Formats: sequence, structure tokens, C-alpha cells
Amino acid sequence: MPTAIELKGITKRFPGVIANDDVNLTVEQGEIHAICGENGAGKSTLMKILYGMQPPDEGTMTVNGDEVRLGSPSDAIELGIGMVHQHFMLADQLTVLENVILGSEPVKDALGRLDFKEARAHFDEVGEAYGLTIDPDDLVETLEVGERQRVEIIKVLYRGAQILILDEPTAVLVPQEVEELFRNMRELKANGATILFIDHKLDEVLAIADRITVIRRGKTVATVDPGDVTADDLAELMVGSELPQPDTTESTVTDRVALSVSGVTVLDDNERPIVDDVTLDIHEGEILGIAGVEGNGQHQLVSAIVGTAHPSSGTVSLSADDITQWPVRLRREAGIAYVPQDRHHEGLLLDAPLWENAALGHQTKPPFSKGIWVDRAGSHRRTEEIREIYDVRTPNVDVSAHALSGGNQQKLILGREITSEPRLLIASHPTRGIDVGAQAAVWDHLRRARRDGLATLLISADLDELIGLSDRIAVMFRGRLVAFLDPNDVTPRDLGAYMTGARLDGTMGADAQGGAS
Amino acid sequence: MNQSLTRRILLAVGAPVAAVVFAVTLSSIFLLIAGSNPLQAYGDMLENASRLETFVDIINRATPLYISGIAAAIGFRMNLFNIGVEGQYLLAAFFAAVVGGAVELPPVLHVGLIFFVAVSVGASYAGVAGVLKVSRGINEVIATIMLNFIAIGGIIAWLAVEFLDREGASTGTKEIAESGRLPDLNGVLEIFTREITKGRELTSILIIAVLVGIGYHLFINRTRVGFDFRASGFNPLAARAGGVPPKKMIMYAMLLSGACAGLVGMVEILSESHKYDDGFVRGLGFLGIAVALLGRNHPGGIAVAALLFGFLDSSSGILQITGSATPEIVQIMQGIIVLAAVVAYEVVNRIKVRDEASAAAAAIERTPSDELEGASS
Repeated sequence: MPTAIELKGITKRFPGVIANDDVNLTVEQGEIHAICGENGAGKSTLMKILYGMQPPDEGTMTVNGDEVRLGSPSDAIELGIGMVHQHFMLADQLTVLENVILGSEPVKDALGRLDFKEARAHFDEVGEAYGLTIDPDDLVETLEVGERQRVEIIKVLYRGAQILILDEPTAVLVPQEVEELFRNMRELKANGATILFIDHKLDEVLAIADRITVIRRGKTVATVDPGDVTADDLAELMVGSELPQPDTTESTVTDRVALSVSGVTVLDDNERPIVDDVTLDIHEGEILGIAGVEGNGQHQLVSAIVGTAHPSSGTVSLSADDITQWPVRLRREAGIAYVPQDRHHEGLLLDAPLWENAALGHQTKPPFSKGIWVDRAGSHRRTEEIREIYDVRTPNVDVSAHALSGGNQQKLILGREITSEPRLLIASHPTRGIDVGAQAAVWDHLRRARRDGLATLLISADLDELIGLSDRIAVMFRGRLVAFLDPNDVTPRDLGAYMTGARLDGTMGADAQGGAS
Repeated sequence: MNQSLTRRILLAVGAPVAAVVFAVTLSSIFLLIAGSNPLQAYGDMLENASRLETFVDIINRATPLYISGIAAAIGFRMNLFNIGVEGQYLLAAFFAAVVGGAVELPPVLHVGLIFFVAVSVGASYAGVAGVLKVSRGINEVIATIMLNFIAIGGIIAWLAVEFLDREGASTGTKEIAESGRLPDLNGVLEIFTREITKGRELTSILIIAVLVGIGYHLFINRTRVGFDFRASGFNPLAARAGGVPPKKMIMYAMLLSGACAGLVGMVEILSESHKYDDGFVRGLGFLGIAVALLGRNHPGGIAVAALLFGFLDSSSGILQITGSATPEIVQIMQGIIVLAAVVAYEVVNRIKVRDEASAAAAAIERTPSDELEGASS
């Protein structure tokens, strides 16, 4: 039996960067093959080449024994290669079946009327053949994230794909959904499909893959069997050094309350509570972690503290001041630092130079301004400082923010927020989408700030990060804090149960809320 | 390093130059089709421009265009499209003419009052669009277009009858007395060169325009509020999270833009006709948008663009006289230049973004230097 995919000497260059450098990859028929690597290692480029979205500069690609040149994704689809993107591309207002047939609709007659009977038959056939179950008549907007992903997979199979490329499929899933996905993947494999998936969560890779190829700096460094390696071995292959562990040392929590949120409710556009009666305290020197599946009100809670959303009831206090009615600027000046969840949305002026980005949020204070004037020299100086201390890799501080990689952008934001000497730091997904090296640096800086007495509210989807950094973890579900947990005796599995609402009997005692344990 | 500097300069001037070259080429084709000799037409235009009188004419035309361009640029820097400069400046000029014509005051006070009326009317009228946007979320493009109609077809048309000067022979408002006029700058000009023919007077609003340009530059680039301004323009969400009050910024932008717009008509009111009548110059607000686009919202760039447009406007007269081409070719050229410039700027912008990205990538990857030079040369 010929190999499903074979890549030889694939090289792809972009201006100033070699994204793929002599990549060699062999994927056998019917195996689950994982591709691991740090962010920026060249995984995405490789996937784009495999799916025909970008032609390689050098090298050959063989599919099922025949050498091919892919000009576009439709060439790939024709060869039976399908791709499930990390960000779903589904129409919320359509049903599952309509989404699946979108783009390859069977037609009844010359008038172009859709043949739903035929579509449904084919849909059932695919579902049965690969053991994927989902109601074709459900509206996509009513589906959970895991189910949406299944729709994406069915969509690809419906088009006759035998080789599936899954781009970081577990990134958006909670642990229970990951298990479900893995069950589906094994089922697919049992029915003859070949799966190529990208991931950088090592435990998952080890749990599901038949073989693992590691990419580092654009090169394929090794292909290994999961039985022969440990997670540490893999991590070392990926980063070339030891795996950084989020691990907070001894407690630095004081009894001085920095932030006090009391009974805060925030309503959404439909007047429904998206944050529902939330009460929490954060002490100086404490990191309070908030766990939760995205969309359970974390962002709105953060907005209420920063001041970009207004609670319909409840109070927010910073130290002794009731800041509920304060505008954002006063809050920032009073010492609230904010690392937003999406740096491109709320964090950066992408078209402005770094030194202006470093001033954003602190532009009213020295060294960024003098009286009514912008202090250009002072801003440059401070930005150079941030660049040095936070290891922001950039040719100079006058380049636009969009020129930097995600990790460096994040380090710049973190640097600007922590060097402003805040009283409270709100860090929303501070390590999302950045590579392992930058991640370790961010963790170090958060820990150092905590030791210096900073109160931190940490929102993260990375449970290891939450458990490793937090002094206490609160779980947010449907706008409520359903549990306060001690990170020392909680597992990702427990957290997952609270996050999905599978368990609702959190230890909401006054003891856990006071929390200075 | 040196090479990258040359490249940056080339990128900065390349786009507008390419746009002008493209416009000249395309206009030549139009002229040929129309049966004119493009070389002769351009020759006439350039020869005319080399005369001192025409130079004064170009400056006089460029001055209000410049102020109008700044008014549009203030909005653009915040991603606000103030199409209402047209209505704002006409309304401001009208009220300034009415008030200026109705009172007798000592010279400086009289001129000061006229400026004050013009600036406050312009700002207030733009403020209406600001209030509508801030309180009701009405798009400023729609609001200002409607306000243009209301100003020109409504308020002015209605009030013009009331304030018609019935004593004099003119059809407009009462002419402003000597005390409410600005002296021309011919004297200053004559220090450097020969005497200027009668009837050509260099407007002293030029000084105001220069001050507006300097003020705009200092405000946008050097002040804290200017930073807030640009931040909101770059990314309103990030600006908001950074403490910039979005609604306040919208109001500031509209008021400032309107205040500038109020000055656009002052060349006519204070230096030329001294009244508002049917022949009052129209369209400067819309031309200002084109000038701001061409000048990339940069105070120097807007000046170059305003002078270019002033030159083209001034040329249309001479083309009519010599008959070497139809004067409408001037409008065609203006249109093509703006369109071509917008496209060229986008191309240059992409090249810049790529340059920066590869420089930043180089800072991380420390790739071999030959690879880099290959990418950035």
C-alpha cells in the first residue's frame, strides 16, 4: 500500500524568514500522525502547503504514490485531502445539513433546486461510515463547540476526503470534548481515514497519535513513536531545551484587599445577565485565576473592572475607593493595568510605532507625557527599557506594532502594563497564541510582579497555566462564579467538570472566598 | 542603513509622483482623443504658472483648499468622514458676512469678530453631526451630507433673502466695511520681487493657513489629546481600553474640524469679495477631502496637494484663453490624480509593511545577512 502523503525537501521562504526548511514527512495510510512544534515553528505554513493554499519553493509532494503539485485547495480536495481549520467556518443561521452541503450542493434539476433527499442520504452514509453522530436538522448556533467541530469534520468527509488535516483541533475544547474528539478520531481511523493533526499539547499528542513528527525552526527534527518517548522528551525536541512549567513558589498573599468586586451583574444586549451577581476579592501579592469555557462572562467581568462595561448592579472597589462610576481613564490612572484577551482588538495600535503602543493606557502619566505634551524622548526611553527587560525582539522601537510576532507583541503589552507599577493587573489569556519561550517569560514576569505585591486577576483557557500560577481559582459558568478551588488539590479533570456545568456544587464557603490561605 | 533610508524616501515621494505621472499620461490620451495637442496645453499651463501674477493666484486658490484639507484631515485621523466641510464653511461664511456687514467696529476687533463668528458657526454646525453620532449613533457621513443640504439649500437660501443688501447694487449680503477687511500681502511679496499688477492681491489668510497647519501638526503629533485622537483613529477599542473616552473624542474631532471649516471661506470674506452672494465660491469642502487624501493627512503633504490643485484650477483659465485644450481637462486631471494616489499609497503601504515585517523577523531569527538584504533591496 503506498504512503498517504510523502513530503521530500519542502522549503518555503518568506521575506526575511524561512518558514519551512527541508521538511521531510511520511504519513502512512490509516494512521494518526501528529505534527508538533512551537508557535512559529512552521506548522501552519506546512499545513497550507499540504492543502494547496501556498506552493512550496522547493521539494516534492506525493499523495497515494503519485507526485502532485497543488495549485489550490480544490486540487487538494480532489485528491481526497480535507482540512478542518482551527477557527470554524460555519453559518450559524443554517442547519447542520445545510452547512455540510454548502459549496457542494446536490441539485435536482436544471433549475438548480437543491436535492435535500440526496444530501440527507449522503450525510447519513458518511455519519454511519465514520461513526459520527449529530442531528442534521439542528441549527448550528445551538451547538456546542465540540459539536461544531464535528460538523466541520463531517463537512470534509462529505466531500470525499480520505486524508484529514486537523489544525489545532483541541485548542477550543474542554477536556470532556477532547475525549469525545479523540473517540471520533479513532473511529475515523478504524474506518480507513488518515489523519494529520497539529497540536502542541504534548499529553494529547501522546494519547492519540500513532506517530509524531516534531518541527523546530522550520525543520523536521524527528519522527517518533509515542511509545518510545515521554512528554519531556518531546518538549525537548520541540524547544531544544527544558519545558517551562508554570509553578508558583510559596505564597506571597497578604491580607490587604486590592480589588473587591461585590454583587456585580452585567446585562447583555438582550437585558440578560451575562455576569450574574459576582463577588470576589483579590489581595495584594495574590493571583486569582478564573477558569471557564469562553463566553461564560469572563470578558464582561473584566470589562466591568476595567470600566469599558457598566454593571447594572453591584460595586467595584480598588483598595478603599468605590470605582464603580469611574471612567476608564481614572481607573487606569489609579493603577489598574490590563492585558486584554485579544491583543489586536484591545491591546495595540497596530499601525502605530512601538513607542506609541508602549504609551497606550498610560499616556497621561510620565514618562509618556509632560503637561499637555507628549514626551517623545521619555516614551522612547521607557520603550527601550521595556524592550530590554521584557526581551521584545525588534530592530528598533520605531517600527509599527504589526511587524512584531505575536509573542513579542504580548511581551510589549505585558511590559508596558507591569512597568506602570499598577496596583491591580488584569491578565486575560496572557500567553494565548505565543510560543513556549515567550510563554515562560510571561509566567516569570507575572510571578515576579506577584512577589512584589501586585494583585493579579488571571483569566486563562490554559488550565496548566491557571493551576500553576494561581493562589486561588474561581470557576465561571454562565455568568456566575460556581466554585472557588485550591490549585494545590485540583486536577484539570475537576476543573473541566465545573467549567462545563457537569458539577455545580462548588466550595462556595466564606473560607474559600476570603482565600488568604 | 543608508540604502534603507533612500528606499524610505523613494517610497514616501514615489506614490504621489507616480500618481501625477499617471494622471498626466491619461489626460494626454483624453486630450489627443479630443483633438488637442497635449504638449502645447501643458506648455501653456507651465508658462502661465511661471508668471508672478499666476503665482499669487495659485497661492490664493491653494489657501482655502489647504484649510479645507486640514479640516477633512482632522476627521480622517479619527476615522471620521466629515463630508460636511462644504456646508460648514458656507454657513460660517454666510453668518460671518452678515454679522461683519451689520456692525462697525475698530479694525482689529471687527476682523476678530468675523473670525469668531465663522469659527463658532463652523464648529457648532459640525457639532450637530457629532451630537447625532454620539447620542444616537447616526453615521457622520449620512448626517453631514444631510446637513450640507440643510445649510446650503435651507438656511442660507432662506436667510439670504432676509439679509439682502437692498441699498447697494449687489445681490448678496451687505458689503463689509474697510475696518472688517484684511490688508493684502503684496507689500511683503514686493520686498522680494517686483511690483505686482493691480488686481492681484496675495491674501493674508495665507498666514492663518500656515498657523492652522502648524497648529494641526503640533496638536496631532505632539499633544496628549492629539495622541488620544490618533489612538482612537488607529483602533477605537484599544484606545477605549487605554482610557480614551470615545464619545468625547468624536465631539472634539467634529468641533475642531468644523472650526477649521469655518475658516475656509475667510479668503473670500476678508480678502476678496467681502460679502456673501450668489457667486460665492462653492465646492471647496469637497475639494478639501481630495486634497487631504492626496496629502495623506500630513500637514506638509496637504500643502503640496493644495498647491497642485491651486495650480490646476488656475490653469483652467489660461487654457480657455489660449484655446489649446478644453479647461475641463483640469477637473479630469484632479480626479485621476486623487484616484491614482489612493491606489499608489496602498501599494507603497504594503511594501512598507512587508519591509518592517522582514526587519522584525530578522531581529528574531537572526537569519544570515545576505538573505535579508535580498529581501529589503
